[in-house]
Amino acid sequence: MTTYTNEALESVQPFLTVKDLHITFAVENGGLQALQGVNFHIAPQEFVCVIGPSGSGKSTLLRVIAGVLQPSRGEVQFSYEGDRDVKIGYVFQQANLMPWRTVVENITLPLELHQVSVEAARRKAMELIELVGLEDFEQTWVQELSGGMAQRVAIARALIQDPDLLLLDEPFGALDALMREQMGVELLRIWQARRTTVLMVTHSISEALLLSDRILVLSARPGRISCDFPVNLPRPRKEDLRYTSEFARMSQQLRAEILPD
Amino acid sequence: MEISLKRLQKHNPIRKAAGKYGGWLMPISGTVAVLLWWIVTRWSDLPVFILPSPMIVLRRFFEVLQNGSLFWHTSYTLLEVTLGLISGAFLATVLGYLLAKSGTLERLLSPYLVASQAIPIVAIAPLLVIWFGPGLFSKVLIAGLIVFFPVLVNTVVGIRAVPQDLRDLMRSLRATRLQTLRYLEIPAALPVFLGGLRIGATLSVIGAVVGEFVGADRGLGFLINVGRGQYDTALVFVTVFTLVVMALLLYGAVILLERKLLAWQHRPRKQTLTVEI
Repeated sequence: MTTYTNEALESVQPFLTVKDLHITFAVENGGLQALQGVNFHIAPQEFVCVIGPSGSGKSTLLRVIAGVLQPSRGEVQFSYEGDRDVKIGYVFQQANLMPWRTVVENITLPLELHQVSVEAARRKAMELIELVGLEDFEQTWVQELSGGMAQRVAIARALIQDPDLLLLDEPFGALDALMREQMGVELLRIWQARRTTVLMVTHSISEALLLSDRILVLSARPGRISCDFPVNLPRPRKEDLRYTSEFARMSQQLRAEILPD
Repeated sequence: MEISLKRLQKHNPIRKAAGKYGGWLMPISGTVAVLLWWIVTRWSDLPVFILPSPMIVLRRFFEVLQNGSLFWHTSYTLLEVTLGLISGAFLATVLGYLLAKSGTLERLLSPYLVASQAIPIVAIAPLLVIWFGPGLFSKVLIAGLIVFFPVLVNTVVGIRAVPQDLRDLMRSLRATRLQTLRYLEIPAALPVFLGGLRIGATLSVIGAVVGEFVGADRGLGFLINVGRGQYDTALVFVTVFTLVVMALLLYGAVILLERKLLAWQHRPRKQTLTVEI
């Protein structure tokens, strides 16, 4: 494993610790090892990207951290103030909205599950609708939205309970290239306004560099972290960062880590 | 750039034709059918007990309407049908949910459930009447049994079809089992479930009439038996039409329920939206 040190982050108490994570799926002839000994931590308010080839278990890693899937071995620990369940905002590859609910009803769902009053939930949802730029669409049925708009609703839904951790599983993977770039910039703006801890899976090197503080490179199956790559680019960042020579140099370096020849 | 998003009219030629001509297509076809019926009775030598004319049937209808016997029998059949439909659908929904959730239970019960469908209800109706008597209960049971299977199958299919991603979402939000049922499984399975209920509604009428044929002293099935026994074919016609109307009303009631519960599939909350991009 290649290590680049980042002293500023090492001094902070980690928010998320993933320890010796193994995932084995039962398949017809034996077990399919999806993840093998994954270890990392994430500091509070850090934006971390996970990148790696298809089938390296990136989505599986997110499902385990979200508490949807039980690991075969190892553990996921959160450290935060207060005696409560960890609050997770999960954004999927598809918008994954409920078609029987309107835009605003989809966004308020996480609060409804935790007995927040309808009025308070709506008020909060309206703030987020403004943040993601969907004013005037709050009463629309979600199947009438375009892919990009639906994904904004999904992001608003993930943000509504002020999550401790935002998990993004290739959130723009289903969008076309132009929309994808635009949504990347949107996400950057939203994160700079909210500063939530983020763990995001992506296929795109430039998306990862533009958005994150650190990039974890996952090796092909069985997945393990082959490189912990710091992105020491100044913040606040803007879209035009993509066209700097520093960005190009880092892209090249990261590409070499993902695809070692 | 300002664009206007209009909800596209779903392109469906049948629905379009129905919308355009539906208002008068039905009455015309009905009138033509009655006219043909009248012509056949007028110019053929069929005796009245084989094919009564529309006028004779109409006269018989007003007779049984006036002396109250039509209402007496219809209300009883309607009671059997309603009770059968409600109890059959309720039990099927509960069992369907359990089957969808538990693979073990499904493996245990599904062979019997499928095999039970190979038995025609007409064949076991006499048995049920022998066991439970000629009263209300045996009819409700037969109607309930016939409703049970389609509702059960659609409940299982509906619950199984809930997208895994939405299940993952509910788990990531730490939703309880009851919350997952209320916020996800019920609304997601509802369209398929109501499809099963629609089939069940018309079947329940068949179930009740089959029960009455076998043994009863009241109900529309009983009335058909009486009409047949007395060669009162006009009465049989009146009863059959009453049954058709009853089945259509039940079907319509489920459609209304669908419209109300599945509003999101039928119309947008806003017709026109203007977006600034």
